[in-house]
Amino acid sequence: MQTEFIRINRRDGKPALPASPVGFDEKLKSSGIELLAGKTEILQVNVGKLCNQACRHCHVDAGPKRTEIISRETVEACLRVLRRHHIPTLDITGGAPELVPDFRYFVIEARKTGAKVIVRHNLTVMFEPNQTDLPEFFAENQVEVVSSLPYFLQQQTDAQRGAGVFEKSIEAVRRLNAVGYAAGNTNLILNLVYNPTGAFLPPAQTAIEADFRRELKNRYNLFFNNLFTITNVPIARYLDYLQRSGNEEKYMQKLVAAFNPATVENLMCRNMISVGWTGKLYDCDFNQMLELSAAADSPPTIFDFDPEKLEYRRIATANHCFGCTAGAGSSCGGAVAAA
Amino acid sequence: MSYYNEEDLGRFGEIAEHKPELFEKFMAWYQACQDDGALSKREKALIGLAVSVVVQCPYCIDAYTQSSLENGSNQEQMTEAIHLASAIRGGASLIHGIQSHNAHDKISM
Repeated sequence: MQTEFIRINRRDGKPALPASPVGFDEKLKSSGIELLAGKTEILQVNVGKLCNQACRHCHVDAGPKRTEIISRETVEACLRVLRRHHIPTLDITGGAPELVPDFRYFVIEARKTGAKVIVRHNLTVMFEPNQTDLPEFFAENQVEVVSSLPYFLQQQTDAQRGAGVFEKSIEAVRRLNAVGYAAGNTNLILNLVYNPTGAFLPPAQTAIEADFRRELKNRYNLFFNNLFTITNVPIARYLDYLQRSGNEEKYMQKLVAAFNPATVENLMCRNMISVGWTGKLYDCDFNQMLELSAAADSPPTIFDFDPEKLEYRRIATANHCFGCTAGAGSSCGGAVAAA
Repeated sequence: MSYYNEEDLGRFGEIAEHKPELFEKFMAWYQACQDDGALSKREKALIGLAVSVVVQCPYCIDAYTQSSLENGSNQEQMTEAIHLASAIRGGASLIHGIQSHNAHDKISM
């Protein structure tokens, strides 16, 4: 069955990519699609793998014992790129970015460049030492907050993100609402993220967004702006889960069968560049975790950033990319096409 | 080995052999029933799950469990749908008790 298998091995020796009934490159080719980058509009910086949580689906393998975090030198290089090239959006992710010592400096300085700043905030980090003022910090700096809340019930949320996470997440959304997030009279944006809590695809974004809006309002009197549905990409901890639960083959069959060529035009890899904690450049955060570098003829690090050399680069792909092209597609901003 | 094979669901199309035109008509009807209409896909998936349990089709139960999850339902909602269908099935049996009562009365003094 398997026609393509790229051998990128994990530290424990297991394959880093899932087996697939058909290779992603082959699928693109047979669909007559060439996946090339457009203009870089988003600088997404993964500031490190340190996190207060260790979620079961995490593609970063992040957790409290990870020590890899961005240096001030690399932060400065990112800021120089924002200033010099007028990149409109900085998207900060991790781990839990807030635990990185230079996080607040990075946000404050990035805002001075005029860039919109998005922080992928896990909600519970707000209850860690010295982090309780995060809602005020986000609000003062007009940060757009994007937070995972896989479901509006405790059972599903805690099953994916750890015991006690749901209760803290609800309290965190309450605090964000209290400083003006998702309130009608402010520009403070709080977007939530739905991830499937198992080996299945996400629902239609508009349908589940309506469910979340109704349930969070009725049960907890909470508010948010948009809900993004994000498909779990079969690498790292989520691939471990698929393999342990005997779901890898069926999940990959499902992703391949649901391949939707209409998603390709709006894939996030086309208008963003992903920066690792060392400053290395990748086509997306998933490729970063696989150490699948951007095209050989493009700049290797943020220190060599050149937007002209990044435009039209061929995106590095492998079987995990089926996660972003299934059904309505998936990106850091949710669905990208009609299913 | 169980009598049912999970893999057979993926072979469903083989039923088209020998009578493809009937299978094509069935599939067109079946797929049209799944689309959003006056009922949402989520509601239809829950109906599908409830019916699957009542007709005791293991393939359908697997498929509509997955479909219910992929349309945003949770296990509490799915279990309620299963209870309703099962209760109707129970009620459908129980109402036949009246037939027995009638028969009893007919032949009893």
